[in-house]
Amino acid sequence: MSEQAHHDEHEHHIVSPKVYVVIFLALLALTSLTVGASFIEMGIFNPIVALGIAVIKAVLVVLFFMHVKYSTKLTKLTVGAGVFTFFILIGMTLADYFTRAWGRW
Amino acid sequence: MSDSPVLTQDALEAAHHEHPPYQRHHFETMDQQNDATNFAMWLFLLTEIMFFGGLFTAYLILRNWYYPAFVAASHQLNVYWGSLNTLVLISSSFTMAMGVWCAETRRKSGLVLCLTLTFLLGLVFLGIKTIEYSEKIEKHHVPGFHYSLQSFLDPASDPAAAQYGDKPLALDMARKTELYFFLYFAMTGMHALHMIIGIAILGFMIFRARAGAYTTGHVTFVENFGLYWHFVDIIWIFLFPLLYLISRHQ
Repeated sequence: MSEQAHHDEHEHHIVSPKVYVVIFLALLALTSLTVGASFIEMGIFNPIVALGIAVIKAVLVVLFFMHVKYSTKLTKLTVGAGVFTFFILIGMTLADYFTRAWGRW
Repeated sequence: MSDSPVLTQDALEAAHHEHPPYQRHHFETMDQQNDATNFAMWLFLLTEIMFFGGLFTAYLILRNWYYPAFVAASHQLNVYWGSLNTLVLISSSFTMAMGVWCAETRRKSGLVLCLTLTFLLGLVFLGIKTIEYSEKIEKHHVPGFHYSLQSFLDPASDPAAAQYGDKPLALDMARKTELYFFLYFAMTGMHALHMIIGIAILGFMIFRARAGAYTTGHVTFVENFGLYWHFVDIIWIFLFPLLYLISRHQ
């Protein structure tokens, strides 16, 4: 049992507070960046930049705050499969809605 | 485990391997149990992604269809409250992450402090949301409840719209602003509901953590709650730019 317990502690990766602080600061910086960018006129690029920054922030949260970077392959596969399925659902829905009126004008 | 259909008492005793009290009997090892609970939590979060994903998709399509109405309506939101709330929520995610670390390294008072900070920051978020909601209620921007089109038919009369130099919308387009606010309340409301549930669970966890529940080496509950809380943070990370930021210049 003691061998097992030792094995468990070895397996369970503890993310250090240093990593959390760095990610926290990065998230704060990206938040200021996205708010600052919204005050600049960039036309079509305003939403693209805003969503791009949001995706980077979400990836940072998932990888480090949610420990996916240090997780098992099963967890990584689950997250990846979920995001993939989500994009298929959104992609097909948008493909439908945005092409309904094609050729009718 | 055994080919024999009848297990003797001895065989049962032998099958009942030694394990820590928090390991469920049907798991071979703590690793297996941790992997299973982590997997289950992520499956739950995936259903949540699909749930919020539907709302995001509806927002995307309707914004594309009724673009002028969505731009004018989003000018009613206050970027400063939105940014402040983003900071509050990111900070609460950080304190939650630190809470998980405290539980893992068996720091009881640190864990209680982190959970309490997360709890308080969650309440601050909801407080700011209440201020924002009450502004919408005062201006009759709640869909279905004496909804007022005045800010969109006559933007000069509304300082929030006037500061963006909004042009008056035609009546049929102005009516579509109600759709924007419907999605605004549906999305932020659902997000706020998740926050309320999270805060309630946090209250329970603070109570349990003070009794030393999560600092004995069994951190699954804190860890999985952390996943939930960070997930709620991620939803806001996307809500904030989509609702508040992307239409400021159109």
